[in-house]
Amino acid sequence: MLEFTLRRLSATIPVLLGILLIAFIVLYLIPGDPAQTVAGPRADAETLARIAEEMGLDQPLHKRFISYLERVFQGNLGDSVVSGKPVIESVIEKLPYTLKLAAFAMTFSIIFGILAGIISAITQGRWLDRVCTFFSVAGISVPVFLSGLVFLYVFGVKLRWFPTSGFAADNSLMPFILPAFTLGIRSAAFLARIVRSSMIEVLNQDFIRTARAKGLSPARILFKHGLTNALIPVITVIGLDLSSYLNGSVIVETIFDLPGIGRFAMDAILQRDYPVIQGIVLLGAVVFIMVNLVVDLLYAWINPKIRDEMLGKLAR
Amino acid sequence: MKTFLRNLSFAGWISFIGIILVFIVAIFAPLLVANDPMETDPLRRLSREEGFPLGCDQLGQCVYSRLIYGARLSLIIGFSARFSALLIGLAVGLTAGYAGGWTDWLLMRVVDMFLAFPSLLLAIAVSMVMGSGIKTVVFALAIVGWAEMARIIRSSALELRSAEYVVAARTLGASHLRIVLTHILPNCLPLITVIFTMGMATAVLSEASLSFLGLGVDPSLPTWGGMVASAKDYMLRRPELVAYPGLCIAFLVIVFNIFGDELRDILDPSRKGNW
Repeated sequence: MLEFTLRRLSATIPVLLGILLIAFIVLYLIPGDPAQTVAGPRADAETLARIAEEMGLDQPLHKRFISYLERVFQGNLGDSVVSGKPVIESVIEKLPYTLKLAAFAMTFSIIFGILAGIISAITQGRWLDRVCTFFSVAGISVPVFLSGLVFLYVFGVKLRWFPTSGFAADNSLMPFILPAFTLGIRSAAFLARIVRSSMIEVLNQDFIRTARAKGLSPARILFKHGLTNALIPVITVIGLDLSSYLNGSVIVETIFDLPGIGRFAMDAILQRDYPVIQGIVLLGAVVFIMVNLVVDLLYAWINPKIRDEMLGKLAR
Repeated sequence: MKTFLRNLSFAGWISFIGIILVFIVAIFAPLLVANDPMETDPLRRLSREEGFPLGCDQLGQCVYSRLIYGARLSLIIGFSARFSALLIGLAVGLTAGYAGGWTDWLLMRVVDMFLAFPSLLLAIAVSMVMGSGIKTVVFALAIVGWAEMARIIRSSALELRSAEYVVAARTLGASHLRIVLTHILPNCLPLITVIFTMGMATAVLSEASLSFLGLGVDPSLPTWGGMVASAKDYMLRRPELVAYPGLCIAFLVIVFNIFGDELRDILDPSRKGNW
């Protein structure tokens, strides 16, 4: 296990550095002079030169990258060009909204995804399975912005079941339900498919037949023997989904006017607030890598067979 | 091809016909439209005039004609993006899988980096660097999509590397380039067809998302995502203007997804049912 952990980590660190490099280069390539942005359009050449020096823009590129690394490792993601506030501060302020949204979305998707997957697996080939399969294909195909707008219109405006705004006003959870549902559909659909195929695979195995022959009740076989084994691949999917929520939250938070990280990113994009965009993209990538690292380690810890397989892959 | 068509299930047929249908609409768009999709007229704003089958949008443009041209843009952008992604994915994936060792390790870490970025935000960042336009969107989607393809092609190449016919070709003195191009690549083709088709769904969806956020191609061009974005401000008065382009996107993505599934089941039965 120690060898696996070390090898897995040694594959992670270069990736992290590479991500920082890409984020740095993208910001460097963006047209426009950062000193000009800070100084304003009417600054004279002398002021510009002074600001460029202060910002370290006169340094060679590799030195700028190193000082960029130093800053990032100190938790400094730069300041917003628009508000002047440190990016990390705004992120921390907005994070709770997105976390709440993601937690809800994940709960929805786990409940619906696993339920639909099980139903599909035990009614394999019959009409209920077909209905579930159709909905899971539709769930991954319908764009998030369409389902979001439809929910907003039907449940928010027409039926008035859920409030369509008021995230900041109180601590009520009601306004989060529609956005979370919208965000969770896609991963619920994904989960349903994975659960279905892994459940069918497990149910066809010998130990299930043995359990059936022993006369165990179908429910016990299904949940105790079937589901616990079928859920192993599901962990990976949930891990991957968690990080894809950042993409979805950009759209969902824009539609539902939810003041979280996604909305923050979108506002920054519209205002060309590059340090903010860079910071959020970077955070997203780091979260993704960390989640995957944890998932892989968990996985390897639970199942030594998989650990050996993955070790072989890493060593190659 | 014949056996392929015979093996197609009912859902497969429906999706196949659906894809052909969208292609026909895209190719013959100029013959199918009722009006000039770009012609605006403030007097026709959100109206349901005679001669405009689905009415007019907030600029008085013919919604039906814009939907027809939207099919064209979706397919062109989706296809070019996927094709560019495939070229990069092939180059990286085949090299990594065939070479193995350090080359493989290094290339796969680069792939990991690109997979780690939140794809939508990366695409947005790329399109900001390059400025808006069709080429930019294609490039941004290719940058976002190649890594997944590279990873899948690599694992296939890695398996084929030790196949007997490859070893035999090497023993006969065939060059590495020749082996990759004449032995490994053709054997990856079924897999490539599958990931290309499935990827079309993702590409169409991503393009629509970019256009919806106003970061895709020029907003005056008739894209489905852009049409949803502009219609959403008038959703309370004319909700169907959101529904038409939205359903078009959903339809195209669904048929590509189902067809991709079907292709995988036929061409690569070992992975049946998995994604």
